[in-house]
Amino acid sequence: MEKVAGSVEYKPIKKVVSGNYAAAYAALHARVQVVAAYPITPQTSIIEKIAEFIANGEADIQYIPVESEHSAMAACIGASATGARVFTATSAQGLALMHEMLHWAAGARLPIVMVDVNRAMAPPWSVWDDQTDSLAQRDTGWMQFYAENNQEVYDGVLMAFKVAETVNVPAMVVESAFILSHTYELVEMIPQELVDEFLPPRKPLYTLTDFDNPIAVGALATPADYYEFRYKLAKAHEEAKKVIKDVGREFGERFGRDYSEMIEKGYIDDADFVFMGMGSLMGTVKEAVELLRKEGYKVGYAKVRWFRPFPREEVVEIAESVKGIAVLDRNFSFGQEGILFTEAKGVLYNEGVRPIMKNYIVGLGGRDFTVKDAKIIAEDMKKIIESGKLDREIEWYHLKR
Amino acid sequence: MNTLFGKMKEEAKVISPKSVDEYPEAPVSLGTTLINFTGDWRTFMPVIDESKCVKCYICWKFCPEPAIYIKEDGFVAIDYDYCKGCGICANECPTKAITMVREEK
Repeated sequence: MEKVAGSVEYKPIKKVVSGNYAAAYAALHARVQVVAAYPITPQTSIIEKIAEFIANGEADIQYIPVESEHSAMAACIGASATGARVFTATSAQGLALMHEMLHWAAGARLPIVMVDVNRAMAPPWSVWDDQTDSLAQRDTGWMQFYAENNQEVYDGVLMAFKVAETVNVPAMVVESAFILSHTYELVEMIPQELVDEFLPPRKPLYTLTDFDNPIAVGALATPADYYEFRYKLAKAHEEAKKVIKDVGREFGERFGRDYSEMIEKGYIDDADFVFMGMGSLMGTVKEAVELLRKEGYKVGYAKVRWFRPFPREEVVEIAESVKGIAVLDRNFSFGQEGILFTEAKGVLYNEGVRPIMKNYIVGLGGRDFTVKDAKIIAEDMKKIIESGKLDREIEWYHLKR
Repeated sequence: MNTLFGKMKEEAKVISPKSVDEYPEAPVSLGTTLINFTGDWRTFMPVIDESKCVKCYICWKFCPEPAIYIKEDGFVAIDYDYCKGCGICANECPTKAITMVREEK
C-alpha cells in the first residue's frame, strides 16, 4: 500500500509474522484487558501467542479458560459489560457454536472485537479457507472487516476496536484459513505509544461494575419496546459507515496506510468490467489485474473491505462506471447464490443501475484460486460484455466437469 | 436502607421513553426492566397487615424481584409497580401477615 501524503514520520516495528500472530500482536498493542477463547484450527496460534504474551509478562491480560466457543463468547460478553476491552478469536464450527451469543453481544451493544479465521463448514470436515462461516453470521448485528493480507489483519484489529467502541457495536476481523493464518509475511507494526494515541482506553456506555448505579443487561423488553432497540442497532450500523471512513482516514494520516474507503478500488475509471470480492482472494485478483492490464484487458477490481455495514453507496458508484461486474464468492447460500452477489445486486435495484453481473463461485473449502483462474474469468467476462449476453448467472468455476 | 431502590425506581420513571430518541442506546435497565413496570403482570396482590407483622423481614429477603422494601418506621411495604404477585412473601410469612387478594383492574 502506498504512503499517504501527510502521514507522520515514525519507525515501524517490522516483523515477519503469520496472520494469526499479526492478530495476536494487534490485540496486545490494542491493550486488550480480557481474552476468552477456545482453541480451534486454524485459529489456535492466535490464542497461543496471547497466552505466551501473558506467560512472559508482556501483557496484562485476564485470560478466561472456557470449555467451548459458546462459553468463550458468553465470558467476553460479561467482561465487556464491565467496561473492559475484550478480544477473542475463532473459526468455522466454533463461530457457529457462538451464534446465539453473537446476537447477545450486538444486542447489548458491547464492542467486542473478534478475529474469525475463515474456514469451511463441515461436513465434509475441512479446515481450509471458505467465507461461508462468517457470512452465515451476517445478520447477528456484528460488523465484518475482511483482511486481504497479514498487514490488514493487524491494521484491521486496531481499527475495529476504534470503530466498535465509537458506535458500540461488536466487530469481526476476518482472515483466510492458512492462506493468511499460517503464512508468514512482513508486517509493519506500530510502536505502542502511537497505538495508544490512536486507540485511547474504552469509554463504555455503561458498566456492570458501577455499584452506585446498578444495571441489568439484556433484560426483558415486551413488544412495546423491543422494536426501538432493534432500530437503535440498525442506526448504529448506519453511523458506523461514517466512523469507518473517518477512522480509516485517521489511520492513514497517522500510520501511512489509508483505509478511508470501505471498498478498495483499482483501475475502476476506464474499466469495462471489474472483479468484486473479499479477503485474501483479492490479493490474487489484484496481481491478475496488473497482468491483464498489460495484455490490454480493460479490467479493474473492487475489494470489499467492510461487508457489514454494507457499503451500499460505494457499490452503486462502482456499478455506474462499468459495464460488467464479476462477483467472486468464496461462499454460497444454498438455494440461492453467492452471498456477496446477492448483496451487491440488491443495492442496485432502486438505483436503476444495471451492469451485467455474473457470480463465480470459487475456492470453496480451500480450493486454490490463482492468477490463471482470474485470467480465465476475465476472458469469460470479456466475451459476455462484447456479446451483451449472460450465458448463466451463477457459475461454479472450479467444478470438475 | 431503601434509598438505592428508591433512586433506581425514580430514574426508571424519568426515562420511561415516549419516542425512539428517548430510549437508551443499549437495552440495559436499572435494577429491573427499565421501561416495564412488571407489576402489570400481577393477578393477585399481596396485602400486608401491619398488626401481625413482627418485622422479621423474611418477606423482604425472599422477594425475588425485589419489590418489598423496608420503610423508615421499620415495617415493610410492597412496591406494586414491580410486584408480579408471585405470592412467595405470603407463603413465607411466619405470622401470616400477608394475604394475596385478587386484584380488580
